[in-house]
Amino acid sequence: MANTMDSPRTAVSNPPVQPMETNLTQKDLIRRSATSELPRPERQLTPVAKLIDVSKCIGCKACQSACVEWNDTNPAVGENVGVYTNPHDLTADMYTLMRFTEWVNPETDNLEWLIRKDGCMHCADPGCLKACPAPGAIVQYSNGIVDFVHENCIGCGYCVKGCPFNIPRISKADHRAYKCTLCSDRVAVGQGPACAKACPTQAIVFGTKEDMKKHADERIADLKSRGYTNAGLYDPPGVGGTHVMYVLHHNDKPHIYSDLPDNPAISAVVETWKGATKYAGLAVMGLAAAGSILHGLFAKANRVSKHEEEEAKELVDESVEHADKRVEDA
Amino acid sequence: MTNAWTDIKNTDLVVVMGGNAAEAHPCGFKWVTEAKAHRGAKLIVVDPRYTRTASVSDYYAPIRQGTDIAFLNGVMKYCIDNGKVQWEYMKAFTNASFIVKDGFGYKDGLFTGYDEEKRDYDKSTWDYVMGDDGFAVTDPTLEHPRCVWNLLKEHLAPYTPEMVSQICGTPKDKFLKVAEMISECSTPTKTMTSMYALGWTQHSKGSQNIRAMAMLQLILGNIGVRGGGMNALRGHSNIQGLTDLGLMSHLLTGYLTMPTEKDVDFSTYMTTKQFKPLRPGQTSYWQNYKKFMVSFQKAMFGDAATAENDWAFNYISKLDVPAYDVLRMFELMYQGKVNGYICQGFNPLLAFPNRGKNTEALSKLKWLVTMDPLETETSRFWENHGDFNDVDTAAIKTEVFQLPTSCFAEDEGSLTNSGRWLQWHWAAASMPGEAKYDTWIIAQIFVRMRELYAKEGGAFPDPILNLSWDYADPVEPHPEELAKEINGRALTDLMDPTDPTKVLVEAGKQVVNFSQLRDDGTTMSGCWIYSGCWNEQGNNMARRDNHDPDETGAYLNWTFAWPLNRRTLYNRASADINGKPWDPTRKLLEWDGSKWTGYDVPDIAPTAKPQDVGPFIMNQEGVSRLFTRGMMRDGPFPAHMEPFESPVENVFNRKMRGNPVARVFKTDVEQLGTSAEFPYAATSYRLTEHFHYWTKHNRVNSALQPEFFVEISEELAAEKKIEQGGWVRVWSKRGSVKAKAVVTKRIRPLICDGKPVHIVGIPLHWGFTGSAKKGFGPNSLAAFVGDANIETPESKAFLVNIEPSTAPKDKEVSV
Amino acid sequence: MSTPANTAPTKVSSVKAGAEDSIRRGPPVEVVRYGPGKRINHWVTAISLILLLLSGLAMFHPSLFFLTELFGGGQMTRWIHPWIGIVLFFSFFILFAQLWKLNLPNRDDVQWASQIGDVIGGHEEKLPELGKYNAGQKFIFWGMASLIIVLIVTGIMAWEQYFGHLTSIPTQRIALLVHSLAAVAIILVFILHVYAAIWTRGTISAMTRGTVTGGWAWRHHRKWLKDIAGRGRIDPAE
Repeated sequence: MANTMDSPRTAVSNPPVQPMETNLTQKDLIRRSATSELPRPERQLTPVAKLIDVSKCIGCKACQSACVEWNDTNPAVGENVGVYTNPHDLTADMYTLMRFTEWVNPETDNLEWLIRKDGCMHCADPGCLKACPAPGAIVQYSNGIVDFVHENCIGCGYCVKGCPFNIPRISKADHRAYKCTLCSDRVAVGQGPACAKACPTQAIVFGTKEDMKKHADERIADLKSRGYTNAGLYDPPGVGGTHVMYVLHHNDKPHIYSDLPDNPAISAVVETWKGATKYAGLAVMGLAAAGSILHGLFAKANRVSKHEEEEAKELVDESVEHADKRVEDA
Repeated sequence: MTNAWTDIKNTDLVVVMGGNAAEAHPCGFKWVTEAKAHRGAKLIVVDPRYTRTASVSDYYAPIRQGTDIAFLNGVMKYCIDNGKVQWEYMKAFTNASFIVKDGFGYKDGLFTGYDEEKRDYDKSTWDYVMGDDGFAVTDPTLEHPRCVWNLLKEHLAPYTPEMVSQICGTPKDKFLKVAEMISECSTPTKTMTSMYALGWTQHSKGSQNIRAMAMLQLILGNIGVRGGGMNALRGHSNIQGLTDLGLMSHLLTGYLTMPTEKDVDFSTYMTTKQFKPLRPGQTSYWQNYKKFMVSFQKAMFGDAATAENDWAFNYISKLDVPAYDVLRMFELMYQGKVNGYICQGFNPLLAFPNRGKNTEALSKLKWLVTMDPLETETSRFWENHGDFNDVDTAAIKTEVFQLPTSCFAEDEGSLTNSGRWLQWHWAAASMPGEAKYDTWIIAQIFVRMRELYAKEGGAFPDPILNLSWDYADPVEPHPEELAKEINGRALTDLMDPTDPTKVLVEAGKQVVNFSQLRDDGTTMSGCWIYSGCWNEQGNNMARRDNHDPDETGAYLNWTFAWPLNRRTLYNRASADINGKPWDPTRKLLEWDGSKWTGYDVPDIAPTAKPQDVGPFIMNQEGVSRLFTRGMMRDGPFPAHMEPFESPVENVFNRKMRGNPVARVFKTDVEQLGTSAEFPYAATSYRLTEHFHYWTKHNRVNSALQPEFFVEISEELAAEKKIEQGGWVRVWSKRGSVKAKAVVTKRIRPLICDGKPVHIVGIPLHWGFTGSAKKGFGPNSLAAFVGDANIETPESKAFLVNIEPSTAPKDKEVSV
Repeated sequence: MSTPANTAPTKVSSVKAGAEDSIRRGPPVEVVRYGPGKRINHWVTAISLILLLLSGLAMFHPSLFFLTELFGGGQMTRWIHPWIGIVLFFSFFILFAQLWKLNLPNRDDVQWASQIGDVIGGHEEKLPELGKYNAGQKFIFWGMASLIIVLIVTGIMAWEQYFGHLTSIPTQRIALLVHSLAAVAIILVFILHVYAAIWTRGTISAMTRGTVTGGWAWRHHRKWLKDIAGRGRIDPAE
């Protein structure tokens, strides 16, 4: 490894003592919402990933707490509705959420308490970014982080519709979209995400995507040795893979983990809306406008002739006479 | 903990029973995940609820709360019946071979010598047969019918899998699976660790719960080894320090005991502290008791403690009852016999059972002082909060002084963790508002009281006037000064006993550790077991070197562990009788022919020959005890006893209620409910989102778990027509609470003694102060009765009833 | 509008001066096509539609995002677009309530549509005499009405700020797609409407002053002109 790193390799260590390269700048963008011509980045940052090992997670919510603290959000004190999931959904003040599912394994008849840390998956092919109409409100860095740039956000909620995982939330206070940033502000200075740092069991780990996949392999081997024959890595290809991945004991049925999509992909509806419709629509409207202008310029206008004005006058005069006559007759 | 948190990574099997480590100790639990991930360790959870720990376990078995002894006795029986015993270890390192007196026996759920009137045992038969040589008689062949081993087998005989299932409600196949997994740890190369907490202590037989597991660990050869041990997970960051420093009413520091009225003078007191070895050549380290006691008295009273005045023995108070534990204090308060109460870092209104009684007791005080960084319910017990604290404020005359203190992040000092590590910490922030250090407050009170005593005299001003108070600023002792005083120092030049011309420690210098303490008044030490924490090398508690040679998990240069920086107690037992490690891959100590070497500070004299000196040096026997003689009030073997409030009868003696020797006050007997009136078995516990009643003051924690709830099974919910997230009322003979219902698959009804038992789980984090929603604690419902040996309240097993209800009403604020 | 200064009672008609569907003898002959209420309605609707079009296009295609500047930035554009939609909806449907009967299709419309070539070629003499609206105008009327319904419904479904939780996200995706398609369609209808009004000279005054010339009515809507003349809805000359 060179004596400088372009991104941190772990969340657990203290701040690096070796210098970091300038990180996550405009030059490192590989995608920018509503921007067609983005200069090719001069360098490729090492892809990073967060790996969430659901089998190691104890549902302590330290990740939620760390997320609130680091991002300085202010989630409301809600109420109990009979479950451990609190708040009850992701909010603009809660970028990550432990979702608890009580699942009886039909094969063993044993209860399994599945606890999944929900939050942005940082898709390689991000649906939010595809849907976003505001230039530069959503960006993707070459290390894989998908970030929201709030000053560019218009609050339309298209990202919510674009996301295959139902992650972004629009703040009722400032009408901007919020979600996990993968702690881009920490990663940029060599620190891992706050949630991974806070996780007491290292169920959340952070590093290069390659390292995380290797780590996942070890975990999957361990789980298989414990009888979880379908244990596996959740890195869904439908969105080009993700930079937040799960180790699942039951990777054959992700949906049991609080409706984690089995095969997530950007919705065909969104693809049509942001693809064919956008281009064809603009073209059709342009053609119609241009056609009208051309017709106006080159075709003869539909004018009323003098003769027709006279015809009208005659008709009116006749009608008046008729009327007068009828009055007299009466 | 016999071992350390970091040592748990060395285990092969983690048994979490009587605790919920993942939920209540999430940071320490990381070592369990380490063991699982890197050693392939398995995790077993035995609990009435499928907990967050269970969610990451390899095997879960349900159990009815308060029946752990039956379960563990059943496992012991399984291991013995199936030959799954670490024979060499058991024979060499336990008192299995000791012969017990003829009179001792067990029948109908009671040991020999029970006196129903006194609710106590005559324990004279609970002892060894003593030989003419003054030592206990043993039979190393274990053939003698009266040897401990054979008596133990006889005692365990009724605990068949069927009996365990009948008592505990654990399905037989699940019990057998757990027993089988545990029994595999009887080989010298497989170890098991026991992680427990208040799920075992908060019972009227809490001490016996722990003994049962300790005995199981002994016959499996898992004490003193890496990845083994009995690991009590302490509930506060410094609760280990609390007991170490003698904050219990019957203890002085370092587990020296408080004198009683019978101890008319120092020599009488010392007659019960001789600790003569019961077997030849044994260490019986408590023989040094006098050194520690005299050094303690010198620390307390300085020059006023002299040989002539019995080291000021009469300056310390003498107990007229076994202990002034919290239950007794509140009973006395309730009887109107207490004038004032200083409540430091303690919220008894929510922490101790029968809140109604506590409120009445506090209302009878003339004054109450609370010292806490947060607003506690206790400091506001007089304030009306509608249903949440329904008191008549005008009728309460108690004058309350609420003194804000620093919190742990705002002061300097050491915290002693579960693994006995004294970890120094520094202030990270300054105190808000009028907050003061606890030491400042106490010093201010003391100095003013001393002035009053000096001026006005009084019946016996001497202990106050002569109390050693040698601090640079008498009204603000510095943590460094206190720590040095606890470590101890030489008061005169200490000469080397082997070479009287050589000065070992100069006068005024810190002693290196307690081995230099003396009983002639030439040394002082505030707490002998902590000695070594701040010696002439400096503040050893502040060490932060995390090097760990060969990754044993010992971390000897990280802070300071008592005693003597030893990380694993009884570590000599990690090697066989010849001093060879049981498991060479997990070596802790080894006898190299002349001395003990290895990764830890030996828990034995470094040159004590392995065949001659037993590893349990604090015991007079030199070995561990499967049979505890008369040392525990409720029996030398653990026997099944039901909780005082139980949904079923004791199958061994259907008339017996609770622990037959546990103390119960008269008014509290009347407040015990029956299963006819209160059919459901309730238990209390912590949730990971909160820490006791503190974090509800924090908005983040409050958002993560906002509102008081109770947990019940889907079956009970259906029976009672209770809706998920709906309001319920839960009530016991002593009180009533309202909560949201969490209806869950994680609690299932158990079949006990032929009938279904429904469990109601009640977490304990809500009150009427703070930023979370107002709520109640389980102590409104729990019974006012404690453990027979240590008086820990029985908050883990009591009876309640439940019904659908409506929201509680807060006080209407008049505008 | 002129009020008759001479108080001589007309024998022709009791029609109120400047009333809709009335003729002013002139000269020149003028026909009142729309009263002030309808014209205000029309222009509120028209301005709303234009604003919606501009703000919607800004969010529709990145190359048009600059249009948000007209509204004070992206946030303001996002905020105001649905509110304008609400204004348009109500404004248009007052108009709708008044005009829907006249826009019901009839046989002439079929004939007119079949001779669309003559329409575009300006050979109106070959077409049948028409009432107040021709089939093209009716198409615009019904097109607008139905598209506005579609747009308001799908728009509300996509209105994150207030109705984000009303429907599921997959439904909202479909809503947004339909909203975009409907928006494209309504823009096409809008272009047709505007262009037809310009190309057919003399039309715009119907929505400015409310009147068309007699010749315009004779040429394009002779049946309508004959009808009101026949009913004597004639205003005496000044």
